[in-house]
Amino acid sequence: MKTRRTLKGHGNKVLCMDWCKDKRRIVSSSQDGKVIVWDSFTTNKEHAVTMPCTWVMACAYAPSGCAIACGGLDNKCSVYPLTFDKNENMAAKKKSVAMHTNYLSACSFTNSDMQILTASGDGTCALWDVESGQLLQSFHGHGADVLCLDLAPSETGNTFVSGGCDKKAMVWDMRSGQCIQSFETHDSDINSVRYYPSGDAFASGSDDATCRLYDLRADREVAIYSKESIIFGASSVDFSLSGRLLFAGYNDYTINVWDVLKGSRVSILFGHENRVSALRVSPDGTAFCSGSWDHTLRIWA
Amino acid sequence: MSGKTANTTNNIAQARRTVQQLRIEASIERIKVSKASADLMLYCEEHAKKDPLLMGIPASENPFKDKKTCIIL
Repeated sequence: MKTRRTLKGHGNKVLCMDWCKDKRRIVSSSQDGKVIVWDSFTTNKEHAVTMPCTWVMACAYAPSGCAIACGGLDNKCSVYPLTFDKNENMAAKKKSVAMHTNYLSACSFTNSDMQILTASGDGTCALWDVESGQLLQSFHGHGADVLCLDLAPSETGNTFVSGGCDKKAMVWDMRSGQCIQSFETHDSDINSVRYYPSGDAFASGSDDATCRLYDLRADREVAIYSKESIIFGASSVDFSLSGRLLFAGYNDYTINVWDVLKGSRVSILFGHENRVSALRVSPDGTAFCSGSWDHTLRIWA
Repeated sequence: MSGKTANTTNNIAQARRTVQQLRIEASIERIKVSKASADLMLYCEEHAKKDPLLMGIPASENPFKDKKTCIIL
């Protein structure tokens, strides 16, 4: 496995990225306020938007591929429809959807383009209707900033997991707003949570330099992925298609690949020149993309 | 004085909510880890063949791997 493409163009730290369902396009956001849509096969930039705020910490691609959502220090989540018409100014069509009282740390479209789930530094998550901007449900329970969230993979799924600075990972029911399960075994902030492909478990990456696997049906932690030599926090985790491999990006500039079932490290990938801040496997599992504070994104296959 | 009682009332209300939440969480149905991990392993095995990053796919099918060497015209 090695770097196949390097996407250069951001002027500052890349903070977040997401794949489009067409397995080809990528949206990424950075500290300088720019959000760029790339074609990962050709490394061309297709769209670029400048946000009015810096530190765009969250970005997401709509399931239809026709819009992107992003937000950060502006406390809002904005949706931009993507247009190929050169005469149209993308920023003009921007729609402000979510309003929090603190920074936006993560956002994700639900199964449709119509609803967005957001997580914020104000300690809450919220579900919004994109068209009207109305708050549909809010989720209270975290004792500190919520840093990440992930939706359950099933088509009919209506749960999601969130991780925060209170070291807890909580699983929520989207319809009732109720917290169904919570897990508190990490020793530090949870930076990233990702569901296992079957939806029965999820992994978390934390500043305590470990990644852990929690099983939802057994309601407990079932594996820890750590090594004495790894002392820097894990910023971002994702599973391969079958769930056998867990890719984790760390603050020591490396990416560790873990065997989920054996609990051992399979490989370590070098390449980035600063901490890895975002990591996502492509929808068809052929590659994964990592974004870093070294201003670049790398596609590994 | 009233400030202190208001504070304790808040604390009690918060503690009540916490206890209620913990009761809800404690009452969910759990399965044994041996069964849960067996299911995870089964899922991995079933899908392992379709996992390109695990199995590796031929370079001709991988859009990211370069297929041809450069031809100098």
